[in-house]
Amino acid sequence: MKTPLVEMKNVSIAFGGVRAVDNVSIELHAGEVVGLLGHNGAGKSTLIKMLSGAYKMDSGEIFIEGKKASINSPRDSRDYNIETIYQTLALADNLDAASNLFLGRELTTPFGFVDDGRMEAETRKIMTRLNPNFRKLKEPVSALSGGQRQSVAIARAVYFNAKILIMDEPTAALGVHETEMVADLIKELKSQGLGIFLISHDTREMMELCDRVAVMKNGQMVGTERVEDVTEDDILSMIILGKNPKVAA
Amino acid sequence: MTASPTAAAPNVAPKKSFLQSLEVDLRLLGMIGAFLAVCLVFNMLTEGRFLTPRNIFNLTIQTVSVAIMATGMVFVIVTRHIDLSVGALLATCTAVMAMAQTQWLPNMLGLELGHPMIPWVTIVIGLITGAVIGGAQGWLIGYQAIPAFIVTLGGLLIWRNVGWWMTDGATIGPLDQTFILFGGITGTLGAVWSWVVGIVATVLSLAAMWSARRTKIGHEFPVKPLWAEGVMMGFVAVAILGFVAILNAYTVPQRVIARDPSLFGCEVAEGCVAAYGLPYSVLVLIVVAIVMTVIALRTRLGRYIFATGGNPDAAELSGINTRLLTVKIFAMVGVLSALAGVVASARLGYHTNDIGTLDELRVIAAAVIGGTALSGGIGTIYGAIIGALIMQSLQSGMAMVGVDAPYQNIVVGAVLVLAVWIDIQYRKRTGVK
Repeated sequence: MKTPLVEMKNVSIAFGGVRAVDNVSIELHAGEVVGLLGHNGAGKSTLIKMLSGAYKMDSGEIFIEGKKASINSPRDSRDYNIETIYQTLALADNLDAASNLFLGRELTTPFGFVDDGRMEAETRKIMTRLNPNFRKLKEPVSALSGGQRQSVAIARAVYFNAKILIMDEPTAALGVHETEMVADLIKELKSQGLGIFLISHDTREMMELCDRVAVMKNGQMVGTERVEDVTEDDILSMIILGKNPKVAA
Repeated sequence: MTASPTAAAPNVAPKKSFLQSLEVDLRLLGMIGAFLAVCLVFNMLTEGRFLTPRNIFNLTIQTVSVAIMATGMVFVIVTRHIDLSVGALLATCTAVMAMAQTQWLPNMLGLELGHPMIPWVTIVIGLITGAVIGGAQGWLIGYQAIPAFIVTLGGLLIWRNVGWWMTDGATIGPLDQTFILFGGITGTLGAVWSWVVGIVATVLSLAAMWSARRTKIGHEFPVKPLWAEGVMMGFVAVAILGFVAILNAYTVPQRVIARDPSLFGCEVAEGCVAAYGLPYSVLVLIVVAIVMTVIALRTRLGRYIFATGGNPDAAELSGINTRLLTVKIFAMVGVLSALAGVVASARLGYHTNDIGTLDELRVIAAAVIGGTALSGGIGTIYGAIIGALIMQSLQSGMAMVGVDAPYQNIVVGAVLVLAVWIDIQYRKRTGVK
């Protein structure tokens, strides 16, 4: 079998005695979408935050394309071509779309000054592709609708040619039409060979978009299954009971 | 920036009002309006004594010290911190600089009093002192996570009294003859050089505006109509040259010329007319304002400062080292406090024990009146400077009118609260956060 794009092995993290993620292993291949499911507090977001560098794991190992990776900060994670769309979007509300898109990676002029003109032009380009209705380039993102803010966050992850994409509830704030756009985008990125971790509560959506789903409960991995092999009911019972019916049977 | 309400397609120009076409910042306009209103009211109350070239000159040099620190306070408040120690830090820096030029350099290094190196070495020592103390406070705030309020409240007590301890509470002076040129009236450019500076500044400003327009066109962004650009350029030119003209209209009194006519390019005092022109201290403030504005708008450092203020978590997740950023910001404020100390002590000619007392409150008030939001993420350098001007105009205007001291502070306090209230109302109306 091919080397996985990402392999997290026996990863654990505890906050003040609570084992938020307890000895979890998961892998992600190129061109694959892996869905993470579970109740609130099951440890999904915490697990991916260790991959994106927001948290530092207590124990375990991460391999990127077969090589051991040390991820201690969000910057490290970006250096491994991992991009994250956080549930909170992580936008600076007082800045405009271009400043947010390039935050931490500003384009500069030969003199080292930030090149707002070029960043705005680039933002305009990617936004016409992602969300043709997006026009408010000059305004702080606090003036944007939920969907528009979401597209800024998505644009930020897509623009920098990520190999690995983490999407934490990317459709939570979106309307029907915009949700479809995100679904199309996920399919497109997948066909380009990206590996995507997707977190969502919408089991039906997950069945449609993902190749495999991983279910977590109380910080532990209940099981990982290919979507063809399970029904929605199987997944629901994994989420609720914390047992893998296929293993039991 | 004016918000185009309908966000119509870029190639269809929506109808715009005169002000919208000019694309002026309405808040800037409001602040300038408030400042002019204050000036006009005091001019009426003092029967024309407030808006004389002489008083405008004095107002300008009185504002410099607070305004320099206020530009740094903008960055502190934008990142959701506060610095209560600037006035005390200023006092420690002026104590160090006064001791350096009158005692340490002459006694330890053997530089004679009046040696040409003394003022410059002194200033460098002062700026380093400010940077180190500010940076240390920033380290406690950024890396040790002690709230800025506490660290700088402690700093207020510590540095006010370190200055006292170093000088045994004595007034130190007189200060170096070159050093005191930074004080204001003691060091000015004179009429001719003031015009030269004014004209160069005008040409550079207009060139900058024109090149900004070219860049926009290059990226195919919408630009304001040519006539609007022309009007704005006209405003800028009139403002800069008008300011120089007013300062140049303040002529040196005859009795001062009589002391040494050669200083003013005359052989005899009779019939000699000389103008003070631009004070060096004002030039220092202008340079500080330009540098700080460039940092705020055109550098990564500035971008990170505003991003951190808008959303600290997002800044951190974007890979910004917000801790180091805090150290840099407080070190910057330290340097600016030292620079303000140069101006303040040079203006007095001495280091006094109470120099800069309550300046921290004036500086914070100036930044806040200038539209810096304590909730973070919002603030401008020009706003803080106009805020400092408004504060100083109120204070000296009331002194000229003869308002009793307690009423003066009551009015200033009320204006501070009123200014913030107006700003909040404005933001609510326009929906800008």
